[in-house]
Amino acid sequence: MAFAAFATETAKEQTPRRGGKIALLLLVPGLLYLGLFFLVPLFSLVFTSLQAPSGVNFGQFEAAFKIENYAVFGQYSEQILRSFLYAVLATVFALLFSYPLAYFIGVKARPWPLLQNLMLVLVIAPFFISFLLRTIAWKSMLSDESPFVTGLKAISLLAPDAHITGTPFAVVFGLTYNFIPFMTLPLYASLERLDTRYLEAGSDLYAKPFTTFRTVTIPLSMPGIVSGVLLTFIPAAGDYVNASREFLGGTGTAMIGNVIESNFLLSNNYPAAAALSIILMLAILVIVLVYVRVSGTKDLL
Amino acid sequence: MTRELPQDPMIRRLIQQAKQANLSRRTVLQGAGIGAAALTLAACAPGAASKPTPAVDKSATDKTLYWANWAAYLDEDPNNKGKYPTLDAFEKQTGIKVTYSVDVDDNNTYYGKVKGQLALGQDIGADTVCLTDWMVSRLISLGYVQEFDRSKIPNAKNLTPALQNPDFDKGRTKSLPWQGGFAGICWNKEKVPGGLKSVADLWDPSLKGRVGVLSEMRDTIGLIMMQQGVDISSNWGADKFHNAIDEFKKQVDNGQIRNIKGNAYLEDLKSEDTLAAICWSGDITVINAEAGDKWEFAIPTAGGTLWNDNFVIPIGSKKKANAETLINYYYEPEVAATVAAWVNYITPVVGAKEAMLAIDPALADNQLIFPSEQTLANTKIFRTLKPSEESEFGAAFQAVLLGS
Repeated sequence: MAFAAFATETAKEQTPRRGGKIALLLLVPGLLYLGLFFLVPLFSLVFTSLQAPSGVNFGQFEAAFKIENYAVFGQYSEQILRSFLYAVLATVFALLFSYPLAYFIGVKARPWPLLQNLMLVLVIAPFFISFLLRTIAWKSMLSDESPFVTGLKAISLLAPDAHITGTPFAVVFGLTYNFIPFMTLPLYASLERLDTRYLEAGSDLYAKPFTTFRTVTIPLSMPGIVSGVLLTFIPAAGDYVNASREFLGGTGTAMIGNVIESNFLLSNNYPAAAALSIILMLAILVIVLVYVRVSGTKDLL
Repeated sequence: MTRELPQDPMIRRLIQQAKQANLSRRTVLQGAGIGAAALTLAACAPGAASKPTPAVDKSATDKTLYWANWAAYLDEDPNNKGKYPTLDAFEKQTGIKVTYSVDVDDNNTYYGKVKGQLALGQDIGADTVCLTDWMVSRLISLGYVQEFDRSKIPNAKNLTPALQNPDFDKGRTKSLPWQGGFAGICWNKEKVPGGLKSVADLWDPSLKGRVGVLSEMRDTIGLIMMQQGVDISSNWGADKFHNAIDEFKKQVDNGQIRNIKGNAYLEDLKSEDTLAAICWSGDITVINAEAGDKWEFAIPTAGGTLWNDNFVIPIGSKKKANAETLINYYYEPEVAATVAAWVNYITPVVGAKEAMLAIDPALADNQLIFPSEQTLANTKIFRTLKPSEESEFGAAFQAVLLGS
């Protein structure tokens, strides 16, 4: 679909090279990387998830085939469901906020390249500051005695004994805020190439603006939407910073990432943590495959 | 894979090329997979059983030291934050440059951060760190700390007799107490003028959502168990622990407890997100000095917990002798008294009370620094847990923290 934009240009003839060996050589660094940093940890994780406690000391385990470790799924199913719910909400909000923004930067601001660049910098600028610091900043902005919260209470939009930090609202807000750039940039990249002549054609054919948007703009920006959704949803589902008690969450908002962190670092229950990590990976994989199939963009992968 | 190829000649060629390379790529992947599996097995096979060996001491040539500690745990210059008078004097006296860093917020999180390196005998950055009894017990049993050269710590003779032979370190060859203290309850005097007497008062409806508790299981659950009439130092059974967990879970679920934190609970008290808390005795004096005289501490009527934090030298530290010099220095009664006067914790150094009379006679009677027999009788040490209990109780406690 993306190639349609180039349909008018003649494809340049390239001299194909039969360099099987060179191609392989070029693949070596990538394969090594994949092997060392993906396959080895993955195998190690699978092994860990099947370990049994060795009983001598706290937090020590030995190789075994204890498939029952995966029963932790039942104990933490609530947190797993909550993770996906929060991640879906954050993705939807990020898409709703990002689409108009990306459309403005990529289409409406085309006559002013300076403004375009400036706005892109503004989208990326938060990355210059650590993710943790920005989340901590929100925590203090949303704390009980902050002007924002006391202000909301003064105009009775918030009950006098209500809080914002530690609630699902704060966590979804944090997730949305932190992952918006991952949504905006792919959307911008696809909208920036949108040929506005298609939109003109749409209105020439008496389509209402909304119809043009629905039948022309959205399908043309679909690759951006799909990659933006994936880039937001996957890290958001596994995020453990926003929902952590030290940041925006509370005891009632723990996500699967927090459960894994707690099992790894605090309870030292490595098999349970590894089993949960694998469950999370598989769940995300299934969701992404279904999503990609439904949105009909298999070519993107 | 028998799809029709696209019309575009360029893409068509690319796809054909890719297909030709397919076979060799698959072989390569298989090879990589087998290699990875072998690597993983190799990585898993040895390990756990062998204890790490201590690092070679370089103190003679490297006059530096990194000391990791908890917040509000060393005398600080009131006019110059980040300056520690006793530590400055030590640096002048010995020429050892000390980096003092507030790295420990919670025993478990600190352990989680450094355990990987400790198991491999690597340097964790800190040359000495102060951790609580039960954690020190774990570190010693795993062989993660170095043995002291007691001849370099002559002042250790000043250690109070009651702490000389704990079950985890008979004769104190690998750990020496830094400070001890109580866990009890505290409240904001302006917002809670009536004050609190027991842990049950924390569950008062007027404090709903404004109560903080510690993420240190032995203190939070310990206090709740005492409230329920259990002597935490006796050999109680799992049912007593789970009764306390049930009460704790109830208060978390109904929103009475706002947050469960390590040493960061002080921030919540200051921002008034919490108005009352389960807290550590000395901290309240420190934040009163920092942020206005607003808080008060008490040992609950049903009793408080008693704990000690101990100096240990991590297995990978290359500055063992420097660390020993530092420990020796803090076991001088005058120095110990100066620190105690500021941190308001129980000093383990005999003679500090006499030295305190010279610094501030009023503090020599302070029950938080020099507790009387009567005060000590109302506090208990949480009994040592078996590894299986530690896993079981720890998991139950963490489950409440995760809201399940």
